Amino acid sequence: MQGLNEKEKSAIIKKCTPKSRVVKNTLSAFFVGGGICLFAELLRRLYIYLGESEENAGIFATLSIVLIGGIFTALGIFDRLARHAGAGTLVPITGFSNSVVSSAIDSASEGYILGVGSKIFTVAGPVILYATVSGVIYGLLYYIYLSL
Amino acid sequence: MNLVLTFLVGGALCAAAQILIDKTRLSPARILVGYVVLGVVLFALGIYTPLFEAVGCGISIPLVGFGAAIGKGVKSAVDTDGLLGILTGGLTATSSGITATLFLGFLLSLIAHGKHKKM
Repeated sequence: MQGLNEKEKSAIIKKCTPKSRVVKNTLSAFFVGGGICLFAELLRRLYIYLGESEENAGIFATLSIVLIGGIFTALGIFDRLARHAGAGTLVPITGFSNSVVSSAIDSASEGYILGVGSKIFTVAGPVILYATVSGVIYGLLYYIYLSL
Repeated sequence: MNLVLTFLVGGALCAAAQILIDKTRLSPARILVGYVVLGVVLFALGIYTPLFEAVGCGISIPLVGFGAAIGKGVKSAVDTDGLLGILTGGLTATSSGITATLFLGFLLSLIAHGKHKKM
């Protein structure tokens, strides 16, 4: 595909991707992703029912999903599911958990300092960085707004 | 709050990302970064909070929720601590998730070393 500009490349990709596959991928992402969110919401309600505050129940639900995502990754179940679900497992916090755990496990053979220690941030790093940067920008704007 | 809406909104956010992956050249990492930034923006615009009240985990479990948690943390820290809150609020609010994920990753790398195949 050398010598082609971005537009031509994406036109070719579009042409080569069968429509039915896109529809199937989108549907499975929808159902798996929706299912994970629904499961998390049920957990959140369970934690509220068990006496947690609204805020902590939300945190515990998120942490539960992170834990399940991580364990499924280590057991190799996550990859099998993700192959079909695509963005359905990527976009929920399971995707974050999977990227951290799989990078950590895969890089263990490269040592624990420069292997696990740095590669654990391969995907988590960009996510945390750009969330933090946007947070600071928002904070500055909000501070200025309050001082007006 | 409606569980059907939770399912629909959570599913729609994932379906939108899947379409972006299939139809454009955006890599999964870029999608995640985009969703997190979107979360901060949605919170800043005051859209996230009412949406969360309506669909709960449908919006907070997708990575949008991580961005919104950063935004929410920054806002409440600025409300109490002023300028310093801009620097402390975001990571304080998300510390439990980040710490749990990193610790879990480290622990599992000790246990599952080498047994795992990357996707």
